Amino acid sequence: MTRRHVGVLPGFGPTLGITVFMVSAVVVIPLMGLFVRSAGLGFGGVWETVTTPRVLAAFRLSFGASLIAAAINAVIGFLVAWTLVRYEFPGKRIVDALVDLPFALPTAVSGIALTALFAPQGWVGRLLAPLGLPVAFTPLGVTLALIFIGLPFVVRTLQPALMDLDAEVEEAAAVLGAGRWQILGRVVLPTVLPALLTGVTLAFARAVGEYGSVVFISGNMPHKTEIVPLLIVAKLEQYDYAGATAIGAVMLVLSFAILLAVNLLQGWTGRHREGN
Amino acid sequence: MAGAGGGHRAAPRPRSGMSEPAPVRRLLIAATLVVAGCVLVLPLASVFAEALRGGLGAYLASFRDPEALAAIRLTLLVAAIAVPVNVLFGLSAAWAIAKFSFPGKRLLITLIDLPYAVSPVVSGLVYIMIYGANGVFGPWLAAHDLQVIFAVPGIVLATIFVTFPFVARELIPLMEEQGTEQEQAAMTLGASGWQTFRRVTLPNVRWALLYGVILCNARAMGEFGAVSVVSGHIRGKTATMPLQVEILYNEYNHVAAFAVASLLAMLALVTLVAKAVVERRAGAAAAQITTTEVETEPQRREAP
Amino acid sequence: MKIRILVPAAVLALIVGAIAMSGAARTASEPIELLNVSYDPTRELYRDVNEAFAAHWLAKTGQAVTVHQSHGGAGKQARAVIDGLQADVVTLALAYDIDAIAKHTSNLPTDWQKRLPHNSSPYTSTIVFLVRKGNPKHIRDWDDLLRPGVAIVTPNPKTSGGARWNYLAAWGYVLRRELGDLSELHDPAAAAEVAAAEAAALTFVSDLYARVPVFDSGARGSTNTFVRNGIGDVLLAWENEAFLAAAELGAGEFEVVVPSVSILAEPPVTVVDHWAREHGTLEVAQAYLEFLYSPQGQRLAARHYYRPVSPEHADATDLARFPALDLITVDDVFGGWQQAQRVHFDDGGVFDRITAGGR
Repeated sequence: MTRRHVGVLPGFGPTLGITVFMVSAVVVIPLMGLFVRSAGLGFGGVWETVTTPRVLAAFRLSFGASLIAAAINAVIGFLVAWTLVRYEFPGKRIVDALVDLPFALPTAVSGIALTALFAPQGWVGRLLAPLGLPVAFTPLGVTLALIFIGLPFVVRTLQPALMDLDAEVEEAAAVLGAGRWQILGRVVLPTVLPALLTGVTLAFARAVGEYGSVVFISGNMPHKTEIVPLLIVAKLEQYDYAGATAIGAVMLVLSFAILLAVNLLQGWTGRHREGN
Repeated sequence: MAGAGGGHRAAPRPRSGMSEPAPVRRLLIAATLVVAGCVLVLPLASVFAEALRGGLGAYLASFRDPEALAAIRLTLLVAAIAVPVNVLFGLSAAWAIAKFSFPGKRLLITLIDLPYAVSPVVSGLVYIMIYGANGVFGPWLAAHDLQVIFAVPGIVLATIFVTFPFVARELIPLMEEQGTEQEQAAMTLGASGWQTFRRVTLPNVRWALLYGVILCNARAMGEFGAVSVVSGHIRGKTATMPLQVEILYNEYNHVAAFAVASLLAMLALVTLVAKAVVERRAGAAAAQITTTEVETEPQRREAP
Repeated sequence: MKIRILVPAAVLALIVGAIAMSGAARTASEPIELLNVSYDPTRELYRDVNEAFAAHWLAKTGQAVTVHQSHGGAGKQARAVIDGLQADVVTLALAYDIDAIAKHTSNLPTDWQKRLPHNSSPYTSTIVFLVRKGNPKHIRDWDDLLRPGVAIVTPNPKTSGGARWNYLAAWGYVLRRELGDLSELHDPAAAAEVAAAEAAALTFVSDLYARVPVFDSGARGSTNTFVRNGIGDVLLAWENEAFLAAAELGAGEFEVVVPSVSILAEPPVTVVDHWAREHGTLEVAQAYLEFLYSPQGQRLAARHYYRPVSPEHADATDLARFPALDLITVDDVFGGWQQAQRVHFDDGGVFDRITAGGR
């Protein structure tokens, strides 16, 4: 893409104008507002708020559960994407469409549905309770909800990458005597790794900020099952605006960093594909 | 993001000779079906099971409640504003970003993406900090007797924020991929900018646009976290459907709560079906563009 | 080009503006609307009260009035009013939350609580236990809560007014148990004894919160957790909430247990002067709150398991449901809500230390 298009196609000014106006009005100015508000605290104040044990515990849970959920989603997501791309089976189209369900289902609905399922009296909870495996209201429940909402991200970024896989490379490896596992580990996985990482990072980013589906199934205990977004809400409800904005601002910086990582990964993916 | 992942064309036929042994294959397929069943179908089924627990009569009665109807109306209104705004924005952004090059483009894209990664709670909080009574514009709004937070405008704004990237991010990669040759050809043949956009660009991206609109709409109607922070939870006035679910749930009215939830779940299912249809049509269209369109389009375009 | 940017922007601004106007403009013409911002467990009460008041107001003035309701944890509701939720009246779980509105905004005077009788509380309540059918864990009083294997459900005192009453009731019970006579609290000569009793209360309450598996942000969330999701052996609840759950959520599945000592909870009500004036609803808002004190309002309160301040107006059968118990007050034991909030619930307060230690 080069500058020369500017001279030929019209509409650059108005469209860029609308875009910049909207991005400013909807994203930049509101988010800047958050920073301005938390700036009142000063860096020291923000640091102090964010490093209290309760906030740290919430960050640990949010990031820990999101990381575990993203890792599990990497495995499940790969499995689902692989099966959907490589095999034919009855009901495949339905499964393929259903993958997007967590994305299309309103989070509050997922939240109460998961709680209804995994509460000790729920369909699944009833089976798990005798095993001494409580899911609802524990970090396990939080992780489960995050797996649910993160799955489509991994599957949907992996699918195109798996489709683009060059069959000849695999065939060549097979001809050279590589076993199926070797091909998978040495040929397939390295090729789709950037896509896999992108998907996992997206799932992770979504999981860290997730609120609706988690609050219902989490026990919301400070230090134990309290996630960061809930902590922001709790701070607000205690009229602690400074604390809420401080935590919000930190979350925002982290979101931005994660997005930047995704963009870099996608750049890597692009180069990788061109390299092939 | 499912949307940002882009390009979900219909899967090609599996390549022959390059597959796992049958037992492994069957095992993997079974595992996928189990995942789909446990992780995806079960929560959905439980929504409908709970909703119908009191029988069909009680289920249908839930929708005659004026408050439930008000929630449905409000949700439709919010989507009816947020989606067109995002379509307008998405088209502008995609045109500016995909068809031209300018400094700061990557930054702009990252900023458009930002609402994907921002926690819904933070987005709600942000609007309170700006438009709330103690917010930056709070005194000005109060002086002019305008209410944003805890009223419909706040809900609309929060919804626009969370759905902001959907349309733009569907269109940008596609329009970048398509380049500017077709548009330039149309322009040299004397079409105006608007004509070029309507006759050339729009048909080329219509499936991606529709896809973005479907996702945007699903999220606009289903958003809970952000809207929950900026809505006053006033029954019958500022409660959207997801908030109404929570209100009913908290009033021990589980049948009604799950009934409204089931409506949202049905919306999700409709979204999935619409999406699958769009994907198939888009796949077919993509195949066509490369063959026929290149030959026929220029002739059609000469007419005006 | 400039114009082309401006046109869509202007259209957008118009749309947003138009909606803003429609949201904000409340015409003073009839029929009139009120917004009552309330706490969690009053949903059923105010549904009935609003209906009765509308009939009452129509008969009296010929004006139709619709009362809208917003419910949630008391802290969240007060916060919403502070941030601009245009409530005409607030009916919250405790005075502290209305104090917060008075402190953070100029919507109502700081002496709001003196404006209506009985500390502006038309009804009172207390904290009792709700247990499962047959009381399988044999819970009779506060001490039984700390027996091995008992899981307790209560909301988060940081966000729920009811939960703060729960917490203070438990604390007050221990003081009463240790000291016998609570007047010792104000006797400088008994300082050592009081300190020992406070230490015992801290241990008791710490143990109690170590047994809480789920923290909901409001009283309703906790009742749902206990009743619907089957978590825990005992729910610390508002008396009205416990009776409602026992009577209406699967009758016979739950039992109300009344402890020997509990706390006198006074959920106050007041007009939010600023918004009522702005909406032109000052008069009807005032009448609405006075209606709560009227014979009809008192009868409705008793029917919904709130203890009426004028029991003579309530039905005897409703009153018979309220057990007699020893009630301590926040003013006597904790030196008022401001003090209690600062010592126990503010960030870094006793409650924070308890949950931080209970990991």
